[in-house]
Amino acid sequence: MAKANFEVPEITGVTEVPAVQPDTMAHLETFRAKPEFMEALGFPGEMPEDWKEKAIEAMGDLLKKYRSLQVFLDACVKCGACTDKCHYFLGTADPKNMPVARQDLLRKVYRRYFTLAGKFFPKLVGAVDLTEEVLHDWYNYYHQCSQCRRCSVFCPYGIDTAEISMAAREIMDRIGVGDKYSNEIIGKVFRIGNNLGLPEPALADTLEGLEEDVYDDTGVRVRYPLDEKGAEILLVTPSADFFAEPHVDGLMGYGKVFHELGVSWTLSSYASEAANFGMFIGSYENMRKVSLRIRKAALDLGVKRIVFGECGHAWRVAYAFLNTLAGPFDFLDPNYPVPQHICEFTWEAIQAGKLNLDPSANDDMVVTFHDSCNVARATRMGDKPGGQFEIPRNVIKAVCNNYVDMPHGTIKEATFCCGGGGGLLTDDLMELRVKGAKPRMDALKSVTEEYGVTHMAAICAICKSQFTKVIPYYGFDMDQIVSVHQLVSNAIILTGEGEGGEEEEESAEDAA
Amino acid sequence: MSFLTVLVAALFYLAAVIFVTGVVYRIWLYAKVPAPLRIATTPAPVTKGGVVLRMFREVAFFESLFKSNKLLWILAALFHYGLALVLFRHLRYFLDPVPMVVELAQPFGKYAAFAMILGLLGLWARRFVIDRVRYITSPSDHLMLGLLVLIGLSGALTTFVAHTDIVALKDFARGLLTFDLKPLPGDPLLVIHLTLVAVLMIVFPYSKLLHGVGVFFSPTRNMVDNPREQRHLAPWARKLEEEKS
Ligand code: SF4
Ligand code: SF4
Repeated sequence: MAKANFEVPEITGVTEVPAVQPDTMAHLETFRAKPEFMEALGFPGEMPEDWKEKAIEAMGDLLKKYRSLQVFLDACVKCGACTDKCHYFLGTADPKNMPVARQDLLRKVYRRYFTLAGKFFPKLVGAVDLTEEVLHDWYNYYHQCSQCRRCSVFCPYGIDTAEISMAAREIMDRIGVGDKYSNEIIGKVFRIGNNLGLPEPALADTLEGLEEDVYDDTGVRVRYPLDEKGAEILLVTPSADFFAEPHVDGLMGYGKVFHELGVSWTLSSYASEAANFGMFIGSYENMRKVSLRIRKAALDLGVKRIVFGECGHAWRVAYAFLNTLAGPFDFLDPNYPVPQHICEFTWEAIQAGKLNLDPSANDDMVVTFHDSCNVARATRMGDKPGGQFEIPRNVIKAVCNNYVDMPHGTIKEATFCCGGGGGLLTDDLMELRVKGAKPRMDALKSVTEEYGVTHMAAICAICKSQFTKVIPYYGFDMDQIVSVHQLVSNAIILTGEGEGGEEEEESAEDAA
Repeated sequence: MSFLTVLVAALFYLAAVIFVTGVVYRIWLYAKVPAPLRIATTPAPVTKGGVVLRMFREVAFFESLFKSNKLLWILAALFHYGLALVLFRHLRYFLDPVPMVVELAQPFGKYAAFAMILGLLGLWARRFVIDRVRYITSPSDHLMLGLLVLIGLSGALTTFVAHTDIVALKDFARGLLTFDLKPLPGDPLLVIHLTLVAVLMIVFPYSKLLHGVGVFFSPTRNMVDNPREQRHLAPWARKLEEEKS
C-alpha cells in the first residue's frame, strides 16, 4: 500500500454520504503558474492593482458570452439534490466540495454585483463583496472540481458545476491567477505539439521502438507511422499513449486494428496531442488554438478521416466542440463522422467481421469498465444516444470472455470520476486525487469481492494515469488498470501471426 | 369604494407590472446570451422532438430530481402539483362563466392546498434536519418558504374556516381584470392572503423563484446532441474566426 501524509479513506464497497466537516480541504492549493506561462496564453503575468474591478469585469463579459453561466447562476433553488453527488465531497466531507456550495462561491459574488437583491439585501441572499479571502476560496475549490458533470445529471435544472468552474478559472486567469499544471501544459502544446513536450525525433524513436516490440511479440511488421502525407486516417491520441503504461499497450492495439483493416494511417508530430487543456481553464480562445492544430495537420497531411485515440476530455472537445471550433471539415470524406472515436472504428470492424479475435487471450482477467466522465456525460459514440456506454462494452466483450459491470449508480451516466480529471492530475493535489477516487474504489472493491474482478479497463489517458497512481493507496495493484485497446491488442490474431511459432502464448502472459 | 379596496387593487396592479416586466426581461436576457458550445448532458436526444420530450419530462415529472433523491422528489411533487391544482381552481374567480373543468376541479383544488402545505413543510424541515442542506441554506430560502406557507395557510383558512363572501370576491377579481373596481370583502384573512400573493409576484422575477423560467433555457437540457453534424458558431466566436483567418 502506498504511503500518504494524509488519511486515506477506508473503502467498504458502498459509498456512504459523510457528515459535513467544514474546511477539511481548505489547505490544499495547487501551485500557481509563473508569469511567463500566463503570458504565453495571453493572460497577465501578475495580479494587477485593480484586480477586483478586472475580475468583476471579466465576470460581466462571460455572462454576456455564455448562456450556461447566466442561467446556472440564477436558477439554483438550493434544493440540495446535488449535495451528495460529487466524488470530492464524498471523499473529503468538505462542504465546499458539494456542487451547489462550489457554485455558491461564484454565485455570491455574482449576486452582489449583478443582481438587485444582492445589491440591496446582500445578507438576505448570501451575497458578498469580492475579497482576497473569496478569491482564495475560488482558487482552492475551483481547482478541486474535475468538471466531471455528475452533478448536472441530478440537478432538476441541469446546472453543470463544470461550467461554473471553467468560468471561474477563466476569470482568475484574466487577473493573473492561473494554475501551473494546466497552463504550462497548454504552453507546451503551443511550442512543441503535445502535453508532454515530446519533440518529433523523440516521437519517431518511440514509434520505431513500438514497431520492434510488436514484431518481437507477433512476428508481424505492424507500422506506427508519423507524419506520412497522403495517409487515409489521421490518428490523434493523447501523448501519454506514446510511453506510459498501460496507455502504450492501447496504442499498439490501435495500430494492429488499422493494420488488419489494411488502411493507411498516420500520427502527426504537429498535432501529437488529443488532449485539450484549454477546456479545463474555460478558455475558448486557447481551446480553439489547440484545436486548429488538428485542422492544420489534417490539411497538411492530406488525410480523409480523423480518428481519436482513448482519452475522455479529448473526446469531449473532439466530439462536441471540434467542428464548431475548427470546422468545417468539408475537405474530409463525408461518409464518416468527423471525428471518429477509435472504439467506434474498432467496433465497426468487429461487426463487419474484419478482425480475427481470440478472446481467450484475455482469459486470465475478469474485466470491468470505468466509464470516463467526459465520454459518458458529454459525448456520444455511434448514432444512438447511449452509444458511448454500449460501444466500448461491446468491444471489450468481443475480446474478453469475462466481463462484469460495476454497481448501478456508479456507471454510465452516473459514473464516478477517477478523481484526476479537469486539470487536477498533478502531484500537488495528490490528497484530493486519492480521496476523490474513493467512490470508484468502493465500486471496484464491491465487484472484486462479489465477482472476482481482476482488471478495470478505461478509455481515458487521465483516468489511466490517475488510477495507476492512486489505486495502490487502496490496496490494489497498478497493473490492474488496462486500456480497452490493450485488450483488443491481446486478442487480435494478426494475419500471418503464429506462423513463426510460439509467440502468441507469450504476449498473452506479458499483459497479465 | 373603501380605502382598503383601492390599496389592494393598487398593490396588485403594481405587482402585476413588476412580475410581467421582470419575467419578460429575464426571458429576453436568457434568449439574448449566446450558447457557444454544445453542452447537452448526454445521453441527449438527437432530434428537436426528442428535446421537447426531455424538457416535458423534466418540467412535468422532475425527471432528474427523481433520479437524484426520492424523498425530495415526493416533497417537491406534493408542493408543485398541489400548487398547480390550487392555481387552476382559482380560475373560477376570474372566469365567467366558470368552465366545466374548473368547476370539476374545485374539490380537488381545495384539498390540494393541504398537499401543497405539507410539501412545503417537508421541504422546510429538510433545511434544518439535513446537515448538507442546512449548510447551503440562506435566510432568503427560509423567507420564501415562510411566505409560501403563509399564503397556503391563509388561503386554506378562508376556504375551510373563516369563509369569505366569494361572490363579492369574484366581483373584485373580475373588476381588477376589467379595470372596473368593485369593493373587496374586508375579511382580514383574505386581505392577508391577497397581500402575500402580491408580495410573491413582486419578488418572483428577482429571486430563485425564477427557476421556473430558467429550466427552459438550461443548455444541458435543451440542446440537441448533433455537434458532429452541425457547427454552432456564436456571433462572438465567429468574430474570432474573421480576425485571425
Ligand atoms: S441540484 Fe441544482 S438546483 Fe438543487 S442545489 Fe444543486 S445546483 Fe442548486
Ligand atoms: S462537476 Fe464533478 S467534480 Fe465538479 S462539482 Fe460537479 S460532481 Fe463535483
